[in-house]
Amino acid sequence: MTIRHLRRLRIWIALVFFMLTLFLFLDFRDFGLRVIAGEVLYLQFVPSLLQFLDNATLGAAGFILVLMLTLVFGRVYCSFVCPLGIFQDLISRLARKRMANPGEKKRTSRFSGSRPHYFLWYAVLSLTVLLFFAGTGLMLNLLDPFSSFGRIVSHLFRPLVLGANNLGVPLLEQLGSHALYRVQWPVFVPAATGIALATLMVVGWLSARHGRLYCNTLCPVGALLGLFSKISMFRIRIAPDACDSCRQCQRVCKAGCIDLKEKTVDVRRCVACFNCLAACPGQGLAIQNHWRQPARQNPAKPGRRGFLIGLAAAGMGLGSSRVDAGPVNSADSSDPVDPVNSADSAVQTRPTTIPETRTGPISPPGSVSVARFSSLCTACHLCVSVCPSRILVPALLDYGLSGMLQPKMDFRSGHCNYDCKDCLEVCPTGAILPLSRENKQQVQVGVARFIKENCVVYTDNTNCGACSEHCPTKAVDMVHYLTLPDRDLLIPKVNPDICVGCGGCEYACPTKPYKAIYVDGNPVHRKAEKPVEKAVEQRIDTSEEFPF
Amino acid sequence: MDRRDFLKKTITSGIAAGSTLVFPKMGRLWAASQGAGTPAWDLVAVRGGEPDQMFDSAIAAMGGIQTFVPRGSKVLVKPNIGWDVPPERAGNTHPALVKRIVEHCLSAGAKDVTVFDHTCDNWVRTYRNSGIEKAVKDAGGRIISGDSKGYYQQVDVPMGKRLTEARVHQALLEADVFINVPVLKHHSSSMVTIGMKNLMGVVWDRGYWHRNDLHQCIADFASFRAPDLTVVDAYNVMTRNGPRGVSVNDVVSMKAQVISTDFVAADAAAAKLFGTEPADIRHIQIASDMHLGQMNLADLTIHRIRL
Ligand code: SF4
Ligand code: SF4
Repeated sequence: MTIRHLRRLRIWIALVFFMLTLFLFLDFRDFGLRVIAGEVLYLQFVPSLLQFLDNATLGAAGFILVLMLTLVFGRVYCSFVCPLGIFQDLISRLARKRMANPGEKKRTSRFSGSRPHYFLWYAVLSLTVLLFFAGTGLMLNLLDPFSSFGRIVSHLFRPLVLGANNLGVPLLEQLGSHALYRVQWPVFVPAATGIALATLMVVGWLSARHGRLYCNTLCPVGALLGLFSKISMFRIRIAPDACDSCRQCQRVCKAGCIDLKEKTVDVRRCVACFNCLAACPGQGLAIQNHWRQPARQNPAKPGRRGFLIGLAAAGMGLGSSRVDAGPVNSADSSDPVDPVNSADSAVQTRPTTIPETRTGPISPPGSVSVARFSSLCTACHLCVSVCPSRILVPALLDYGLSGMLQPKMDFRSGHCNYDCKDCLEVCPTGAILPLSRENKQQVQVGVARFIKENCVVYTDNTNCGACSEHCPTKAVDMVHYLTLPDRDLLIPKVNPDICVGCGGCEYACPTKPYKAIYVDGNPVHRKAEKPVEKAVEQRIDTSEEFPF
Repeated sequence: MDRRDFLKKTITSGIAAGSTLVFPKMGRLWAASQGAGTPAWDLVAVRGGEPDQMFDSAIAAMGGIQTFVPRGSKVLVKPNIGWDVPPERAGNTHPALVKRIVEHCLSAGAKDVTVFDHTCDNWVRTYRNSGIEKAVKDAGGRIISGDSKGYYQQVDVPMGKRLTEARVHQALLEADVFINVPVLKHHSSSMVTIGMKNLMGVVWDRGYWHRNDLHQCIADFASFRAPDLTVVDAYNVMTRNGPRGVSVNDVVSMKAQVISTDFVAADAAAAKLFGTEPADIRHIQIASDMHLGQMNLADLTIHRIRL
């Protein structure tokens, strides 16, 4: 294989990674790719790094592999693996086509060499690192390319796919096919959609106009890998004698890192897309092993200076806002489809008066504690996308500012399915640990609390029991309350020891505006007791006569 | 011979052979099964067999499925598929029974047999883990989603006292024949779940029922559309911790089945099996007061079968 083919190889590998990752987020019918989510996402840099920091195992060492690859081949992560990077390539490809077609002035030159923006780039990196060690991952969450991509897909593309599906259902039904079925909309959280949209606009505009400028000015992962690729083994080199400065390579270099005057390639900005290798009509470009014969390169001074300035800036009193799970604003996530509380259902007899008093947000099972979850989650929203019960929703400020957009459990649209552990299986950062089903079923993420004065049984003297109906452990049991002439009334009673905080009771409780039973989060998850099971059971004699 | 014909032949001949043994009054039986219309009994109760066998004999005693399912009709079979639990937990209708009913309907020449429930747990998993999705597909029926509000249309409940309107799944509105197939089990607030309670699974907003006198709403909705046939699955019966159940320890094997065209009668008989008086189940009493059916079993012709 000649080096010209490296570009083709890159494109194929990138497409495979991209499609798999995209499909993980879009697969609303659970076609089963999820079982290899760990493998597909193994190399995602920031998630893997966080997972490793929490628990240093081989299974979490994907980022080390990336670093090693970078040391050998340069920033291959950015062109082969990073979904946001590949996405940008797709955008600039489309943009070029559109610019070339409509009769406007023919753009002969697509990209041109550009000056580096090391100051900004390293300032972002330093700030991200410093804030992270100071205790807030906010910068990381907002700038990690994988998570940004995840949010764009979850909040912008996924609704489109669901919408198309739902439009297709009646059409297909007309034709007598039931291959599609209607699906419910995801919970709409304006902040999450807004940030996803903003990211898409910035990334989209930059890539349409300037190729990989985002990766080389704002991406902290790009900045870090750039430092590693600076000392990488194989680098693209311009052979000054063979190059006749035809600019073919520069035109296809989306990183703008080729300087034809100096005949140098800025290896820190090079994203290893290998476009130039394929474009050069002659032998002007080569791949050289820099470890065997150190080549001269000018030592990019501004970079180092920028880095130091960045460090200093970040060190100056940029305090952290940590997880202090403050009071939950019950109005910060809105749910368009709520079967229990849907606005069109008839008005209930009397609205409830006592507000629920939640002391903190509820982090997903497997996250061990709110603090641990908040420190490891990068808000990629893969769990939000896969949750079949649609109860994982991006939080606004429930986890504090630094935990913005990290998912919390919200029981307005459903309850956590007792047997389900989808979110535990897909989380790439280890913020949600993959527990066994049995262990998951004993994780107590919160505890149900009952407000008698809101309960239908108390206010209306009629039976309700929706809460107990949904409870998988019977932690809410219905106990004798009152005997009326025509009926016995039963009222809920909570056994907190066996409650797992699944929210079945809260979701089902029909009172409005406040629920008569709700789940309050456990800042540190506890272990619920197993429901007691009496082993003895009367066997009904089937040879018995009918009782009627 | 295609699969459907084959099924039909096997089932019909099986019934003929079986019924000669079981029923002495063959004349009455065959008369009923030839001309569709009036069933042979008000209520048939079976005990001692597998769910599908019990249905075979019960429906034969009723005069065969063709009494209820005309050729070319659209049938809705509504089992209880509420919870993501396996069949042995008895939270849902037994898949073998659902399968057999679908087979019978198709053998009678039904154009289309649809099965769904508005589940409480995630519907995809519930359909799968209850075994009902596979059972229906194997039998040649169609299992459809009940999980989106888009499927439900607003209707009036004419006799409703508390429930005067509801959003009902279009599959029920489109069906010519409606077969209700509840499982008999304990229920934390309605005491038992049987036929009428099972109808909560065809509406969208169950919360309203809970909020506005559950028992009255259950009875109210029963006035909207009476099932043409109610088949109560009492093969495995959850006797406590219902309606979801906590473990198999909640379940006893009762090996029984009740079928009737009168859903109040079916519920009353099933309540007896469960060990309670029908009058103690408030929604049964209300339905009876609303003249929706007969809860006094002494006034009915009942055929009791032991297998
Ligand atoms: S939150 Fe607790 S009490 Fe409520 S349904 Fe879940 S386990 Fe039962
Ligand atoms: S669901 Fe709510 S209103 Fe109904 S019994 Fe439970 S706590 Fe009371």
